[in-house]
Amino acid sequence: MKRYFGRKLFIYMLTFFLAVTIDWLIPRFMPGNPVQTMLSRVSVRAEALEVMYGYYTRAFGLDVPIWQQYLNFWNALFHGDLGTSVYLFPQPVIKVIMRAVPYDIFLLLPAILLSFYAGNKFGAFAARTKWLDNTVLPLGYILTATPYMWLGILLAWSLGIVAGIFPIAGAYSFTMAPHFSWVFIGSVLMHWFLPFASLFLVQFGGWSIGMRNMIIYELEADYSHYLEALGAPRKLVRRYAFRNAILPQITGLALKFGVIVAGALVTEVVFSYPGIGYLILAAIQNQDYFLIQGCFLFIIIGVLLANFAIDIIYVIVDPRTRIGMAGETA
Amino acid sequence: MFKKITLLVLLIVFLFSGMAFAQVYERSETLYVSGAAWGPASDWNPFIAWSKSNTTGTIGLVYETLFMYDPLTDEYIPWLAERGEWVSSNVYELKVRKGVRWSDGAMFTADDVKFTFEVGKRFPAIWFNSMWNWLDEIVKVNDYTLQFNFTEPLYQEWGNNLYNIAIVPEHLWADRTEEEVTSGINENPVGTGAYLYDTHSEDRNVWVKNDNWWATDLLGLEVAPKRIVDIRCASNNIALGMVIKGEIDLSNNFLPGVATLSEKGYVETYYPEAPYMISVNTAILFLNTTKKPMDDPAFRKAMAFAINTDDIVNIAYAGIVKASDPTGILPTMEKYVDKDVVAELGFSYDPDQARKILSDAGYKDVDKDGFVEAKDGSKIELSVTCPFGWTDWMESIKIIAKSCQAVGINLQDKTPDYGAWNTALTSGTFDMTLNNWAAMSNTPWTVYNIMFRHPIIETMGSGNFGRYDNAEIFDLVDQLAKIPADDFEGMKAICSQIQEIQLTEMPMIPLWYNGLWAQVNNSVWTNWPSATEDTPNYLPCTWSGYWQMGGLLMLTELELAK
Repeated sequence: MKRYFGRKLFIYMLTFFLAVTIDWLIPRFMPGNPVQTMLSRVSVRAEALEVMYGYYTRAFGLDVPIWQQYLNFWNALFHGDLGTSVYLFPQPVIKVIMRAVPYDIFLLLPAILLSFYAGNKFGAFAARTKWLDNTVLPLGYILTATPYMWLGILLAWSLGIVAGIFPIAGAYSFTMAPHFSWVFIGSVLMHWFLPFASLFLVQFGGWSIGMRNMIIYELEADYSHYLEALGAPRKLVRRYAFRNAILPQITGLALKFGVIVAGALVTEVVFSYPGIGYLILAAIQNQDYFLIQGCFLFIIIGVLLANFAIDIIYVIVDPRTRIGMAGETA
Repeated sequence: MFKKITLLVLLIVFLFSGMAFAQVYERSETLYVSGAAWGPASDWNPFIAWSKSNTTGTIGLVYETLFMYDPLTDEYIPWLAERGEWVSSNVYELKVRKGVRWSDGAMFTADDVKFTFEVGKRFPAIWFNSMWNWLDEIVKVNDYTLQFNFTEPLYQEWGNNLYNIAIVPEHLWADRTEEEVTSGINENPVGTGAYLYDTHSEDRNVWVKNDNWWATDLLGLEVAPKRIVDIRCASNNIALGMVIKGEIDLSNNFLPGVATLSEKGYVETYYPEAPYMISVNTAILFLNTTKKPMDDPAFRKAMAFAINTDDIVNIAYAGIVKASDPTGILPTMEKYVDKDVVAELGFSYDPDQARKILSDAGYKDVDKDGFVEAKDGSKIELSVTCPFGWTDWMESIKIIAKSCQAVGINLQDKTPDYGAWNTALTSGTFDMTLNNWAAMSNTPWTVYNIMFRHPIIETMGSGNFGRYDNAEIFDLVDQLAKIPADDFEGMKAICSQIQEIQLTEMPMIPLWYNGLWAQVNNSVWTNWPSATEDTPNYLPCTWSGYWQMGGLLMLTELELAK
């Protein structure tokens, strides 16, 4: 057990180091100079601009050699300092991200968990049920192949603009300030629904298709036939099949995390939902090294943590891994 | 037990409803605006001038300036200053208004003004720091009088600073460090203005009326809306939808196709017919004069005649902008245009003339590929750029490229990302590019300061991107800066000389005036500024820097719709 987690932890640390290094490197390959972009909005005399340029280059720590910047970056990172945003100068990056992250969690967590739960349940239910198999299967394939953004636009257009049921922008109504009341909570939910629905539907399609195929495979396995031959009720056979079929789905969840997060980013842009997605877009457009780094750092941490959680869940739900580990230590 | 639960439920309901009442804005008290912010609020620090568009109103609604300036009448309106005058050629005496209070209750005095200006002296990163190269000292005569002693007053720039430097309270700023002043967020700003900071989130800023605003007592002015919600729309389409539905009262977003909407009565604009909007800045085609063949005045002149500006106005903009005067001077500054010089040297769309100038200057199509070659026979391949995603400009540079190709100049349109475009612009690696930073102000000097920014240095951050190097014109711009603002004839004489060189040399080509995009919905608030007779004439604008150019006065004129 210890060795298993030790090895996992080492791999995660290595991934983290490499991912963060790449994350640091890539914005610096972009053409252009962030301080210049920032100061291009100031209209002053040339000599004043020169002074300001020097001052802010120093303030952002961009006046030292590139290797020094890299070391400073790690040093600051371990002190919990992600630097100051250029695009949202003078806000510290950590503060900007902390304001956005709750929206991402609020959007992603329910979308991932509910779609995983509902998709798998539904896929298992639909498998080998003729009429459901014939209707849901094609629909599932279409849904899972739909880009998040495109579905988002369709939903915004149909339910937001044509039907006028849901608002199409923002996290809550422009007519109120955040406070604790039913009106406000209602408004938050109304604004949350469409971005949530576009994430949920696409993943729902994927999970139900996957589950349906797995269940059919499991139902053809020897143990299922044996159970059936023993006269076990359909429900019992299916329960065993489901337990076996869910394992690859959990692995799939770990693999898909990155894709889901990327999908959420574009969905947020479509609905101008104030999560990290919108920030990344603006940060890239403004060459905000520090904000780009910070946003991706959070995504990296999020994906790694989620994968780690799945590793642990795997140990719990699949007894064979535990046996394997016991064998290892023995 | 049952009683207790009922009581608790009643209490919770009461609590909720009470809070809801305070936090849901009454429509008839709230003004919804959009178009200023392009990002989430980042700070309320009036010294970080360039980030104020995301918290527009920081200067204007909360912090105020000594004067306001109305570009439509070319008049200064005394604001925090009661009056100001040049008592000698290099001493400016400022009478500060009595009876003004900061929103924390402290009195506003001349000390606050002196302190604010001296912040610029103490810290080099403050944008008006360079003013201290020609300002010697500020002498406090008494609590409400200051004397500014200049070494060499740049009157034009001084006039500009008078309505752009926002005054901060000394008692709250005196102890701040350099970092806090130059990079501080300054939450909960305390100003003298008509509004107070209320709240903000990622996509909005909310300002609430300051009931103790000094101008109500002293000037009899009152702002109509109790709250202003400034909305950041993720895209212009969202703003368009909201203003048509009446969810936004005033949208300062650029909305293509607004001409049709205005004619059908969905929205109202300043002018009921073309160009619909007040002209507010000049879109200029900068030519890189350090590169061949743009270093040749004849080639540049041929370009000016070749470009079909009417197509840009009518096709790319569908009639919501106006073609520029050849000098690039805005209509509000029209009196500084020397009509005789323009009549003699000006340009207009004339492809035949363009071809003639080209061939006279020796640009001929030697290899018969339809495009002219340079005088030495080498091929000419040029590109004109603008940032990707700026759809109106992308259309415009297409038209520019097309009309130049029509006269035989091989010009292609290219759209790099903003960052790359900006770097090429400031480091001078582009061939030709559009820029519109020459905006409305109190003096033609600001425009010439951008067009002929000098000296030419490694990065040209905010003007003369084409690096046009002409000591004569630089000297004239410097002279203009030193002319007293009331010497109209003196200013005009220099402007005329500048225009003569400019139109002969054609270092850059002014093409059209961008509009002050403003579309209003009258369903909740009315009496918006417009060109019709019975309405106020102010700039209907919420952009940062425009509150003190009429935007605030617009708020005092608004009325509730019946």
